[in-house]
Amino acid sequence: MVPTSYYLILSAVLFGLGVVAFVFKRNVITIFMSIELMLNAVNLAFVAFSQARHQSDGQVFVLFVIVVAAAEAAVGLGIIILMARNRQSLNVERVDFLKL
Amino acid sequence: MTPQLAIFFVLAALAVLGALNLIIQRHPIHSALSLIVVMIALAGLYLLMGSEFVAAVQIIVYGGAIMVLFVFVIMLLNAGVEERTNVSKLAGVAGIPLAVALLGFLAAAIARSNESAQAGVEAGTLANTKEISTMLFKDFVYPFELTSFLILVAILGAIVLAQREKS
Repeated sequence: MVPTSYYLILSAVLFGLGVVAFVFKRNVITIFMSIELMLNAVNLAFVAFSQARHQSDGQVFVLFVIVVAAAEAAVGLGIIILMARNRQSLNVERVDFLKL
Repeated sequence: MTPQLAIFFVLAALAVLGALNLIIQRHPIHSALSLIVVMIALAGLYLLMGSEFVAAVQIIVYGGAIMVLFVFVIMLLNAGVEERTNVSKLAGVAGIPLAVALLGFLAAAIARSNESAQAGVEAGTLANTKEISTMLFKDFVYPFELTSFLILVAILGAIVLAQREKS
C-alpha cells in the first residue's frame, strides 16, 4: 500500500520539471513536449485522488484530459509545421512576429 | 518495504529520470524518446494503483498516437540539435527560483492536507473499467459528446493549418 502523498509528490516533481523545461528549452517541439509532461503530471494526481477517495470521477476526467491533449497535439504540431515553413527555424527566439 | 512500495519507487525514479533527461538532451528526438519512458512509467504507476483502463489508454493514446505524431513531425521538419541562443535575461535570473518556489508551494499544499496522507492507495479496490464506462456514458454523456465535436474541430484545424497555400 503506497501512501497517496507519495503519488502527489511525484506529480508535483514532474510538473515542476515540466515548468523548468518549458522555460529553458529553446526548441518549440521540446517546449510542446514539456506541456504534455505537465498534463501527465496532472493526470497522475487525478488518478491518485480517485483511487484514494474511491470515486471514479477522477479517472473519467483523465480520459477527457487525454482527449484534449490529443486534439492540442494535432493543432499545435500543425502550427509548428507552419512556423518552420515560414521561418526556417524551430527556435522560439526567432519567432517574433508580434514584437514591435 | 512492501513490494508495492518498491515497485512505486522504481517507477517513480524512472519517471523523474526520464523527465530530467528530457531537459538535459539537446536533440528533440532524444527528448521525445525520454518522454516516452516517462509515459510508460506512469502507465505502470496507474497499473500499480489498480486503474487498468487508464493505464491502457495512457499507453495507446500517449505512448502510441501522440508520441508517434511528435516523432513524425521531428522527422518531417528534420529538426537538428537545439541551437544555443542567449537565454532571455528574465528566464535566466528568475527561472530556477520560480520553479523551485512553485514546487515548494505544491509540496506545502500536499504536506498540509493530512487527510490525503493517511489514506493509502490500494491496488484493485474499485473503479474498474465497468464503473468508469457507466459513469462516462451516464453522468458525463454531454461532455463526452462535446469531446467528439472538439476532435472534429481539431482535425479541421490541423488540415487548414498544414495545407499549402494556393498561389
